[in-house]
Amino acid sequence: MDLSDRPRLARHVRLSFCRIRQRPILQLPETVVVLNASGATILELCDGERTVAGIVSELGARYQTVPDDEVQRFLTRLAARRCVELSG
Amino acid sequence: MDSPFGLLAELTYRCPLACAYCSNPLNMADYTDELTTAEWQRVLVEAADLGVLQCHLSGGEPLLRRDVVEIVAAANGLGLYTNLVTSALGLSRPKAEQLRAAGLDHVQVSIQADEQAVSDRIAGTPSFRRKIEAMALVKELGWPLTVNVVLHRQNIDRIADVLGLAEEVGADRVELANTQYYGWAWRNRDALLPSRAQLEAAEVVVRAARERLRDRMDVIYVIPDYYSRYPKPCMGGWAARQLTVTPNGDVLPCPAAQSLPLPRANVRDAALAWIWADSPVMTAFRGTDWMPDPCRSCDRRELDFGGCRCQAFQLTGDAARTDPVCHLSPDHDLVVDAVRAANGERPIDLVLVPRPHR
Repeated sequence: MDLSDRPRLARHVRLSFCRIRQRPILQLPETVVVLNASGATILELCDGERTVAGIVSELGARYQTVPDDEVQRFLTRLAARRCVELSG
Repeated sequence: MDSPFGLLAELTYRCPLACAYCSNPLNMADYTDELTTAEWQRVLVEAADLGVLQCHLSGGEPLLRRDVVEIVAAANGLGLYTNLVTSALGLSRPKAEQLRAAGLDHVQVSIQADEQAVSDRIAGTPSFRRKIEAMALVKELGWPLTVNVVLHRQNIDRIADVLGLAEEVGADRVELANTQYYGWAWRNRDALLPSRAQLEAAEVVVRAARERLRDRMDVIYVIPDYYSRYPKPCMGGWAARQLTVTPNGDVLPCPAAQSLPLPRANVRDAALAWIWADSPVMTAFRGTDWMPDPCRSCDRRELDFGGCRCQAFQLTGDAARTDPVCHLSPDHDLVVDAVRAANGERPIDLVLVPRPHR
């Protein structure tokens, strides 16, 4: 995944919050991914419009220190699991 | 003990198809006293309160329940991700539109082969054309589509064409799952178990397809455990992540577990939370304390959880033994013998015993 890519949640994936576990989650056809708060924040910014670089700077404005390779690594992992896709 | 993530809601064992690889129980007549709509709605509420996030609506054919739309709406209202696992018979346009409006998230359509005559023969009824039409409808209405294909000795040689069909209908995912030998499939095992040569050829096709379709279609391939060195991590551990509710309200760690000699737990008699946490059927093999050797001292015990309890029971008569699929199992000969027979002078097209419709 490059800094200029524009990620978005895959169509069959739903980002929501599990009230029992008190954790953000991704719901997929065959599985559930339990997220931490920062993962959920990154995914909320994946709207297919913002670039990865844009997401990193948005997070930087909110939280001061965000290592951009961490965002990239996280999104690359989710793209490999088909939770995230890149808009053309 | 963790909360379960998924509920497999087996709405009915009735089915218009008669597939010989069906995992439904042989004693289907014991499950005809099906839960009512209100009972299913209560089960869904209790499941959501327990932490369930996915609801797989299966069967039999779930569309044979006249209240399937209401059940989907109830699950969707509770925030569950809803997944319909269907033969597609009964998925008319009006029914599909109602399910879409009720919030159904995902549809999995089974197909028995890539070609009408073979698919209809395995399904035991003319169904291929309607399945193809239903797949187009699923895509048209904007659902993600998974095509499910159970692989076995009589269709695995067609796997390249099956993948081609999945691509043609625009599937987002294709699940190519070798038969697991439970229920009717167990009864038909000798006619279903493929040879090693068949499997090796299939795996070459799958690897190439994964590469070719990487950006378009998720290709899931489930190997037949009889040919693997270690057992499958069945259900991610007994009563660890999933639960099944059968048509009459029995609660099980997996659909095959009805065959085990364990006391029944039913949603008509007890709260789902108690059943999950404390009923004997759930606690019998939870964790690792129940394990005998070689599992007990094996460093893979947290990886495959001793394999499948139902398979251990089926093959040895004792559900607490190591899954005989494991090459370390003292009962591994039972699997070796079945595999040897499948690789001997056995024809491809042995007679299959169809499951009944109800």
